[in-house]
Amino acid sequence: MITTNEQQPVAQRDADHVHQHEAEQKQAALELRDVSMSFDGRAGRLHVLDQVSITVQAGEFVSIIGPSGSGKSTLFHLIGGLLRPSEGDILVHGQNVVGQTGHISYMPQQPALFPWRTVEDNVILAPEIAGKPKKEAREEARRWLSNVGLTGYERSYPHELSGGMQQRVAFLRAMMSPHELMLLDEPFSALDALTRSDMQRWLIDLWERNRRSVLFITHSIEEALLLSDTIYVLSNRPAQVLERVAVPFARPRTEALASEAEFVRMKRELSDLLRSIQSSSPIH
Amino acid sequence: MSGRRIAKIGPPIIAFIIFLAIWQAGVMVSGIEKWMLPSPLDIVQEAVSNGGGLLMHTWASVQLTLIGFCVGTAVGLLLACSLHPMPWLKRAIYPLVIVSQNIPTIALLPLLMIWFGFGLMPKIVTITLVCFFPVCVATLDGLAQTDRTMMNYMRMAGASRSQLFWKLELPHALPSVFSGLKIAGTYSVMSAIISEWLGTDKGIGYYMVLQKAAYRTDRMFVAIAVVILLSLAMFGLVCALERLLIHWRRDNKQG
Repeated sequence: MITTNEQQPVAQRDADHVHQHEAEQKQAALELRDVSMSFDGRAGRLHVLDQVSITVQAGEFVSIIGPSGSGKSTLFHLIGGLLRPSEGDILVHGQNVVGQTGHISYMPQQPALFPWRTVEDNVILAPEIAGKPKKEAREEARRWLSNVGLTGYERSYPHELSGGMQQRVAFLRAMMSPHELMLLDEPFSALDALTRSDMQRWLIDLWERNRRSVLFITHSIEEALLLSDTIYVLSNRPAQVLERVAVPFARPRTEALASEAEFVRMKRELSDLLRSIQSSSPIH
Repeated sequence: MSGRRIAKIGPPIIAFIIFLAIWQAGVMVSGIEKWMLPSPLDIVQEAVSNGGGLLMHTWASVQLTLIGFCVGTAVGLLLACSLHPMPWLKRAIYPLVIVSQNIPTIALLPLLMIWFGFGLMPKIVTITLVCFFPVCVATLDGLAQTDRTMMNYMRMAGASRSQLFWKLELPHALPSVFSGLKIAGTYSVMSAIISEWLGTDKGIGYYMVLQKAAYRTDRMFVAIAVVILLSLAMFGLVCALERLLIHWRRDNKQG
């Protein structure tokens, strides 16, 4: 829970946040306890999640990887309160939030910026929903935008930005949320390889300066290793946690990490694991 | 921008001028009687010589159209916005909304006059009945098509029902609302004219009835030209409003 920060305005707020939870010290930002989920569909009962337990410590970056269709998005909808789990508990900062919305900050796969709002007004959406005064939020948004090299785009509309810039704005929108825990749902999957590696570097840098608690869904093993403190590997449907991998690399991290022997070894191990899951998957 | 604009407006204007020229030439060559088919020049001449009275009638129709359009739009929007959050009510009312469009205006007008008298009221009810429909249907469709990802984002962020509506659903539906408004704008002129056929002493509709009785074909054409111009003006008005309100889509639309 380090919030070392020089001129970040949000650092203060994050510090408050941390302070607020100091009483419940060592409390996880997110705790999934044996969460199971099944849907009743036309083709009978569809079992999606099976006793999934995941913990995100405060200030920890946790990734989830797994085969496609393993219910990762369902997991996010459960944490976000859009769905209720069939079994199990979901705790955000110690509070049971099963079936409750408005406890997390979320960044979807598509940037899903509101086209009728300027960049600045998009970024302040979450504080606006939470009922924070707009003026303050705008000032903070402007500081953030200049921090990530989007000065001059405050009054632009999303369609005037490139894909990578839109993702940055979507990420800032999540950052500006008053909720400390961030859920990032494959945020870079729609970007081309070059922009993607740019965005990864950008995200590492920004996150290391701010240390929010993050739960990150990705398909890319390299991305997960590069960014995370902990990686959970999910199985095929019904998804179970197959493995919990602690990522030992020191921070601050750079892309050079990707060529280190240990990184390469872990990457190969995880690829083998994923491939074995994939090959055991039922043919659709 | 202006070059682009000319490229966009140019072809239809040229086509229209050619159409008028052929008409003019046809009338002149065939020597058809003026009371059967007047030439475009005859019509313009008649419009100019009849200027004062025509202007008065046009102005009356413009007023009626604008009032009717505004009331109709308001009713359409209100109905759509109140039906949207209540799916069961929407299911119940929607067929009635459609049925309302199957009643012939001509049959309804005399009834409305019996109920509401000869004043402004039956006319506004007529225009409203015609205009609310496209606005209501387009708005309901727009509201139903809200982007799923944005919706999930808003809900996860803890947005309330009213925040969902004002911050997401309504602005998201706005382009669709304007599709309905464009139709309503054009219809409003026609329905205003029809409502003037009965129980009034001014307006282009009344003017048409008079000229019909006098077999003044040329003046009928003048009336038709006025109706077309008014419809175009209403359409333009809605488009201008759209550009003003939906500034974020301006660039996408041309693509």
